[in-house]
Amino acid sequence: MASYNIKINGQTRSVEAGADTPMLWVLRDELDMKGTKFGCGIGQCGACTVHLNGNAVRSCQIPVSAVGENDITTIEGLSEKGDHPLQEAWKQHDVPQCGYCQAGQIMNAAALLNKNSNPSYQEIEDATHGNICRCGTYNKIKAAITTAAEQL
Amino acid sequence: MTIVKTQVNRRSFLKASALAGGGLMIGFSWACNPMEAERAAPKEWFDMNAFLSIADNGQVTIMSPNPEIGQNVKTSMPMIIAEELDIAWEDVIVKQAPLNSTTFQRQVAGGSQSIRQGWASLRMVGATTRQLMINTAAKEWGVDAAGLTTENGFVMNGRKKLSYGELASKAVGETIPEEVPLKDPKTFKIIGKSKTNVDMDDIVTGKPLFGVDYTADGMVYAAVMRPPAFGTKLKSFDDSEARKVNGVLDVITFDDNERPDQREIRGEKIAVIATNTWAAFKGKKALQAEWERSSRLESTTNHDRELNRLLNVSNSESLKRSDGDIKKAFAQADGTLERTYEAPFLPHNTLEPMNFFANVTEDKVLLAGPTQTPDWTQGRVAGLLKRERSTITCEMTRMGGGFGRRLYGDFALEAAAISDKIRKPVKVQFSREDDMMAGTYRPASKYKFRAAYKDGKITGYHLTGAGIQMGNATRENWFPAGGIENYKVESNNLNSNITTGAWRAPITNFLAIAEQSFFDELSKEMNVDAVQVRLDILERAKSNPVGSIDYEPEKMIGVIKLAAEKGNWSNPEAGVSKGFSCYYSHNTYVAEVADVTTENGQPKITKMTAAVDCGIVINPEAAINQIQGGVVDGIGHAMYGDFAFVDGAPQAANFDKFRLIRTKEAPKVDVHFVESLNDPTGLGEPSLPPAGGALANAIAGATGRRVYKIPFTKQDIAMG
Repeated sequence: MASYNIKINGQTRSVEAGADTPMLWVLRDELDMKGTKFGCGIGQCGACTVHLNGNAVRSCQIPVSAVGENDITTIEGLSEKGDHPLQEAWKQHDVPQCGYCQAGQIMNAAALLNKNSNPSYQEIEDATHGNICRCGTYNKIKAAITTAAEQL
Repeated sequence: MTIVKTQVNRRSFLKASALAGGGLMIGFSWACNPMEAERAAPKEWFDMNAFLSIADNGQVTIMSPNPEIGQNVKTSMPMIIAEELDIAWEDVIVKQAPLNSTTFQRQVAGGSQSIRQGWASLRMVGATTRQLMINTAAKEWGVDAAGLTTENGFVMNGRKKLSYGELASKAVGETIPEEVPLKDPKTFKIIGKSKTNVDMDDIVTGKPLFGVDYTADGMVYAAVMRPPAFGTKLKSFDDSEARKVNGVLDVITFDDNERPDQREIRGEKIAVIATNTWAAFKGKKALQAEWERSSRLESTTNHDRELNRLLNVSNSESLKRSDGDIKKAFAQADGTLERTYEAPFLPHNTLEPMNFFANVTEDKVLLAGPTQTPDWTQGRVAGLLKRERSTITCEMTRMGGGFGRRLYGDFALEAAAISDKIRKPVKVQFSREDDMMAGTYRPASKYKFRAAYKDGKITGYHLTGAGIQMGNATRENWFPAGGIENYKVESNNLNSNITTGAWRAPITNFLAIAEQSFFDELSKEMNVDAVQVRLDILERAKSNPVGSIDYEPEKMIGVIKLAAEKGNWSNPEAGVSKGFSCYYSHNTYVAEVADVTTENGQPKITKMTAAVDCGIVINPEAAINQIQGGVVDGIGHAMYGDFAFVDGAPQAANFDKFRLIRTKEAPKVDVHFVESLNDPTGLGEPSLPPAGGALANAIAGATGRRVYKIPFTKQDIAMG
């Protein structure tokens, strides 16, 4: 066990954890931030997507000891009032079914829009291919990202 | 206007009335609906019945009775109550009801039946409460209730009006009306208008909603080591390394078998108890366990042989239906066709892996988590722990998918057994590997179809099904029953020690693919249009059915014509191969047209057009979502679903080996509903069965190759 000071959503948080503990479980169990979801544990599904310095990463693959000074953003910190253009577009298109993958989908899409505020349909598909939605809401996810991009 | 007797739900009213005799205030303390920020916060809530409380400011809390697995019932069931109650949707706060079998009916997420079976009683709950408001207002004004109307949460008397909020405290003591009027569906204001998922804000901001998010004071986490193969049980284990893992509190064995014969085969399991999930997982990885054979070790190769044998077994037990004379039809035919189709086991792979919370104390048990069957689960836990049902509470969380897997309470039994042993609140958390390897799988099955035709018509039809623990693997009274003169359906069952169960659209999730692929190939053999072949059968079944049938040909014809029109069946776009399919299941009719194009020599599904008759559509945008999801799910598992066993052990354990459909592989799904005011039918499952068949038929058109086996990708059909 060691102590780590980690920058999450603009705040420095102190946690005690084993060096190999994935950020996913530090967020969920140590910091009680349940928005980042556990899906597969091997970086295949994208449910645990967070931002590391603005880039979409799989928090199940990042040990707490590797975070260092880098900034982490989670779904809880994407916007102050839950009104990021993607969150608004998700509401507009009534995207979720079960809703479990959606925080990861939104974080993944937010990283895309950070880099490319006007993505083509092809670029949206390429950027979101790594995030599984078991309910199959892909039509609505793509439509919502398109809508959000139009707002930027 | 329909007048209905209120008996069905009087129980829930009477109970609440008894409880709330003096105008009981119940303790809801949450903030008012964000849409209503300017309105005064509610000061008092009045319990009208088990479903409804009305606040003094007119806000209404509706308890949604059924488990929410993504099928949208937490939004759509309250919409039905709100409609008949005649309130503004913006005034509604929805809460998930806990299990309560004495006041709520059928608290199950299964068979696409929540809305269909809840429809009448939910309408009555709303209508009865509305009538209570009218009767209370009539007394206030000293007028006859018959002259009063309601509008958006007010009782109206000409220019005078009283809000439900003002009436609520007085309505609590009112007599429950014996009969209440229901609205004319043509006047519906909430039903038929899209309402956003009531959990939307929490979903998009990452609030705790799911079983995986559930916590309680003093809760510990458990990871469970189960036999690695069906037919093996625990022999011995060494936990010395596991106990060294930081955060591991204990390692125990436990017995969650409900019957002694299960215990003989499955033995005990090992649980690693820890202060957090990661420590529990890590501790489990550090366990050294030895397993011994306890029954047969089954492999897919053996299943294949057995199922092939069963496809040729014909006896009195296998016979499900026989009309006319099959032998004669084949003897006199212009031509015949015989084809066999096969599908493997499938895990459900809900994205939220199985988990459950239990807190077993001296005199009480609290269960909480994602379950499609809270009532059944409560009963099983009562049996396992030898407790009275009345001492067991079961709370339902939102579920990260169900698809049938969460019908089975194994995860809750594990949590209860562990908590009983350690006497602590505990959450059992499956890893993805646990989830995929300890499943209740869609059983493997095979179908053999034979058909005879003469003068452009199908004259004989013989289907034999063979499945693993599927019971009857066919639907002998559904299409094409009634439409073919000589008709025979048989089915044979193979037992197994692999746990199998319902997987979204049980049986029909593959039966439909096989059947609809066969009809397509048959139509080509007969040189008749694929849609016309189906319509000919349905016209016969409609006008002069052979024997009795359990579907309505007219409705199937309706969706077929709508899909053909919207999907440009008769005028395919240049370079597009069309595949047609239709299926009736869960009381709903769906027809689909798949568009497949060829890119770089590989077929690619670009679009699916779906026509659906599910009666009245409660929540249109969410209904579109269900249809799109079912189509994508159906295509994904037809293309990639591959799951085998070797010596009882599953051969895939995570998404690196088991391929789920991803966004680039999902076509655009264009959804059309038949306009209808009929009572609503199923929506969560019916669009799945036809999807794989439409795809297979379009692939055949694009490539000249037929697929007879799931997954399609195993037959060198590389998809773009």
